[in-house]
Amino acid sequence: MKILVAIKRVIDYSVKVRVKPDNSNVDLANVKMSLNPFCEIAVEEAVRLKEAGKASEVVVVTIGPKAAQDQIRAAMAMGADRGIWVETADTELDALTVAKLLAKVAQNEQPQLLLLGKQAIDSDNNQTGQMLAALLDYPQATFASKVVIEGNEALVTREMDGGLQTLGLTLPAVVTADLRLNEPRYVKLPDIMKAKKKPLDSTSPDVLGVSLQKSVNLLRVESPAERQAGIKVDSVDALIDALKNKASVI
Amino acid sequence: MSILVIAEHDNNALKPATLNTLSAAQQLGGAIDVLVVGSNCQAVAEATKAVAGVNKVLVADNAAYAHILAENVAKLIAMLGKGYSHIIAPATANGKDILPRVAALLDVNLVGDVMAVLSPDTFKRPIYAGNAIATVQSTDAIKVLTIRGTAFPAAAATGGSATIEAVSEVVTAAKTRFMGEEVVKSDRPELTAARVVVSGGRGLGSGENFKIIYALADKLNAAVGASRAAVDAGFVPNDMQVGQTGKVVAPELYIAVGISGAIQHLAGMKDSKVIVAINKDPEAPIFQVADYGLVADLFTAVPELTAKL
Ligand SMILES: Cc1cc2nc3c(=O)[nH]c(=O)nc-3n(C[C@H](O)[C@H](O)[C@H](O)COP(=O)(O)OP(=O)(O)OC[C@H]3O[C@@H](n4cnc5c(N)ncnc54)[C@H](O)[C@@H]3O)c2cc1C
Ligand SMILES: Nc1ncnc2c1ncn2[C@@H]1O[C@H](COP(=O)(O)O)[C@@H](O)[C@H]1O
Repeated sequence: MKILVAIKRVIDYSVKVRVKPDNSNVDLANVKMSLNPFCEIAVEEAVRLKEAGKASEVVVVTIGPKAAQDQIRAAMAMGADRGIWVETADTELDALTVAKLLAKVAQNEQPQLLLLGKQAIDSDNNQTGQMLAALLDYPQATFASKVVIEGNEALVTREMDGGLQTLGLTLPAVVTADLRLNEPRYVKLPDIMKAKKKPLDSTSPDVLGVSLQKSVNLLRVESPAERQAGIKVDSVDALIDALKNKASVI
Repeated sequence: MSILVIAEHDNNALKPATLNTLSAAQQLGGAIDVLVVGSNCQAVAEATKAVAGVNKVLVADNAAYAHILAENVAKLIAMLGKGYSHIIAPATANGKDILPRVAALLDVNLVGDVMAVLSPDTFKRPIYAGNAIATVQSTDAIKVLTIRGTAFPAAAATGGSATIEAVSEVVTAAKTRFMGEEVVKSDRPELTAARVVVSGGRGLGSGENFKIIYALADKLNAAVGASRAAVDAGFVPNDMQVGQTGKVVAPELYIAVGISGAIQHLAGMKDSKVIVAINKDPEAPIFQVADYGLVADLFTAVPELTAKL
């Protein structure tokens, strides 16, 4: 079984982003970039399935500028076998365009399992996997906290608003990773060296036959309303007094 | 302009998030129809009919829709939604699961987590864990949106007199098999709709110790939330996680206990009206957003607070 994992290069989760003074966008100049944490979890799951003998090959794909190759190498250091880089200068493609590009790559590669992150922590979109499943007419399980491959099915436990749900998806299927699916491994130096030698192919939207049209246009980006700094109270009694008499919330 | 709102429910009751989504629909302007898709969900249809401002309630009541699976429910919504200018749903787990699939079936994009409606095609939404707010304009013929409940008031649940229309199409999920669910039962108010939320973090140290959080919550008739660290450690179930990748809450009063205040956690609660932080570390970032901070050991401060309320 082949697994295709879609990965995205995003701002590192520990960085607090700033808005540009002209409100055109956020400022990503000289900001640390990393593999999206949910994509890292998706890669880890794919590699574990291969290590467990459930998968034969793990292919990672990213759509983005040249620098996104760093994230393909990072995924290879975790254990992915091969990479595909879809070159686009624009880092802010519509989710539907990303899904269309991924659908073309999936048609070429014919994986049985497509793993994505549930959400990219830059756009916070939480859409691409669902759109990809629609375009391919594959079943989907979003927000996965457990994936078991059994026969021709993926048995997936999902984190829902009211608890957990388990679905059996007929393969090929799309699964998006949530935080508790696994804890990604730390990569070791020899793995990083080995990753440099793994095959990385590049392709383009033209070759894949997808036009990069946009239907959601970014007009403005602003900082959220800042909260006024509050006060420290020195005792539980003072806290109760403040909540009753100043804030009037209890 | 005509809007199709997808109702959030559990086949018995209409969830409050639907009412917030309805007030976003009212801001868009135009006739509002609501789709109730489920199984044995007539009670939900009746409740929806009474909501102010609803024109028509479409009811797709069939065993095939019992578990609201994306595979078939998205097809049904895409089919019914073709004639509308907007298809909108609450940004809940179901809404986020299904609406992007609907959008792709209709060959349009989706604007997620809408927190303000500026015009029928222009919206504000949070990005980067809420550290930036984007204004986006959609040129799609059908706008597909999910709505952040905390950003819109609840529409009045009564005063309406909509008609009910049964949907006869039955779409089945051929490749998705429902195997089971573990629903967390709780008598407490729902996290995203509660007036008061008490949340615990890694500082609690164990699931057993969360009992002091529950005791405080009971005194305040509050819902209970948690940080990711508390959920990851297995202290509490996943549905209690508040944050960028959990639930978003904006209660009148949010009490954060033993939570440091990472940006991912703040993303889910910083629009609360009054924030209280109880933490033994005076430098914890949670104090930068707290209206009232108490530097104390939670194991003494929380029981004392509960006893004195
Ligand atoms: C992709 C991604 C998504 C994430 N999404 C979320 C999310 O949705 N929600 C979320 O919450 N986090 C999320 N996180 C995790 C986040 O970055 C933090 O790791 C997490 O919020 C920390 O939880 P905490 O505050 O409980 O734990 P800690 O940061 O360990 O803080 C514990 C606090 O308890 C205090 N404490 C300890 N003992 C006591 C005591 N006896 N009395 C008083 N105070 C005490 C300490 O001083 C400390 O401040 C995400 C992270 C990533 C990478
Ligand atoms: N540019 C991209 N290249 C490859 N995968 C992507 C890209 N953008 C999004 N994805 C995938 O879709 C998931 C969800 O992203 P989003 O829908 O943008 O929140 C990510 O975790 C990735 O797995």
